Amino acid sequence: MAFWISQSLNALALGGLLFMLASGFSLIFGLMRVANLAHGALFMLGAYLGLAVVKAGFGFWVAAASAAVAVGLFGGVLERTLLRRLAGRTLPQVLLTLGLAFIIADACLMLWGGDPMRLPPPPELSGAVRIGDAVFPRYRLFVIGASAAVALGLWLLVERTRAGAMIRAAVDDVGMARAIGVSASTLFTAVFCLGTALAGLGGVIGGPILSVYPTLDQDMLPLALLVVILGGAGSLIGAFVGAYAIGFIYTFGQVLVPDLAYVILFLPMIAVLSVAPQGLFGRRLG
Amino acid sequence: MPEALILSDLHVYHGEICAVRGLDITCAEGAVTALLGRNGAGKSTTLSAIAGLLEPRQGHIRLFGTALEGRKPESICKLGIGLVPQGRRIFPSLTVEEHLAIAYRPPRHAAERVFDIASVETLFPRLKERRRQLAGSMSGGEQQMLAIARALVTNPRVLLLDEPAEGLAPQIVAEVAQAIAALKADGLSILLVEHNLPLALRLADTCVVLSSGEVAWRGAPNILADDPALMAQHLGVH
Ligand SMILES: Nc1ncnc2c1ncn2[C@@H]1O[C@H](COP(=O)(O)OP(=O)(O)O)[C@@H](O)[C@H]1O
Ligand SMILES: [Mg+2]
Repeated sequence: MAFWISQSLNALALGGLLFMLASGFSLIFGLMRVANLAHGALFMLGAYLGLAVVKAGFGFWVAAASAAVAVGLFGGVLERTLLRRLAGRTLPQVLLTLGLAFIIADACLMLWGGDPMRLPPPPELSGAVRIGDAVFPRYRLFVIGASAAVALGLWLLVERTRAGAMIRAAVDDVGMARAIGVSASTLFTAVFCLGTALAGLGGVIGGPILSVYPTLDQDMLPLALLVVILGGAGSLIGAFVGAYAIGFIYTFGQVLVPDLAYVILFLPMIAVLSVAPQGLFGRRLG
Repeated sequence: MPEALILSDLHVYHGEICAVRGLDITCAEGAVTALLGRNGAGKSTTLSAIAGLLEPRQGHIRLFGTALEGRKPESICKLGIGLVPQGRRIFPSLTVEEHLAIAYRPPRHAAERVFDIASVETLFPRLKERRRQLAGSMSGGEQQMLAIARALVTNPRVLLLDEPAEGLAPQIVAEVAQAIAALKADGLSILLVEHNLPLALRLADTCVVLSSGEVAWRGAPNILADDPALMAQHLGVH
């Protein structure tokens, strides 16, 4: 029993981190039709920046906030200066974001070295709590709560505000949205900033669990892609359901059948895609 | 009457296909100009180019003297073009209320009539009943009304209507036609594309018939209505 509870909590924590990564990726893809393959690298960049801020003595919360802002601004600059020039050209965009992912990863390696580093959780969240007869790290409970709060905030933004309605309108039909006065340029930059800031934030929040190491991006990006394929691109609900589904499948796959962990990860994907090629909550994107 | 919208020597392509070749059309202020022609004549292409969704390769588009060609669709909307596109193109994941909220913009010119959410709900009472409904789940007629209302709340100086009666039941067509007549009575300048000829001829002050991207005929609606041979020649109707 203790095993199931504690692994379920692990799965929820991983699912929450995947949501922070995949929700931004999915929003960007739905709105701009750009598969931002640098998203995993921006997650890792957030983790390293957070670590640097913590090492400089500013504490975990300052690290989380500043990494999110810095990565978000960096994302906005990338969109304005590079991606924008390739609007509507899928292959050049894929190559560009893939190239950016390599550059960011190499820059991190150069700046911070190749050794895995631990990002310490804030002191008030260290230690463990008992849940039934399971003992569970307090920080992981925080991750579960924080990612749920991020999901709720994002949902309120997209579903309950005028700006969110503009985003959904542009996901549905960007030409028509522009023809009624929605500024595509502003919207694209804002969503790119938001999506990349979430990736940066996820990197810091995930740091104490995943630790920070040079191939963190390569471990995270495929999981985020799976989330988006499973849930459907451009759908926040899809990213939410997909993230927690992958969180559970990956966590239990690793502990129960470690040899088949990847098979178990991809089988449900094939099953879903064969019945719903758009993903569970995806719409046919024009 | 002063000119609201002037197209001169307009050429528009879809890739390498030339869909509109050298159009000269003038829409008078406060009038309904009907743009007619067979399927594929270039009517929708013309409206898309005015709204900035397609960039003209040559020629000029002037709205009360301001050049529109080469501008972004969002800028053209702000300058006063309201588009009701063919096929309605409502946003399936937005409610009626959200459509109107994101489109609403107070007028920047001395307007006879200001459209806000309340006034389009008066024009189309069904939209008021459907306020909280997702537009994707509404009937075609309701979606058409929403598409018109969405364009109106941008407070356009010229309204572009592309086949507003297409695929609607006769009773709904009557409702939509009545609304367009009311807009005309209010003095709104309208460029109307419509395949329902009796409807188009009843609403129009002047007609322009396109054929293969060029103007084939222009004149008063009653001349066209009274000349079956002319109609058959240009529109394929009897
Ligand atoms: N997206 C497109 N791509 C290529 N050709 C198009 C496209 N849309 C329209 N056309 C062509 O342009 C011409 C004019 O089309 P259109 O403006 O839609 O005509 P209408 O609205 O008068 O029926 C037609 O020959 C049509 O086949
Ligand atoms: Mg057409």
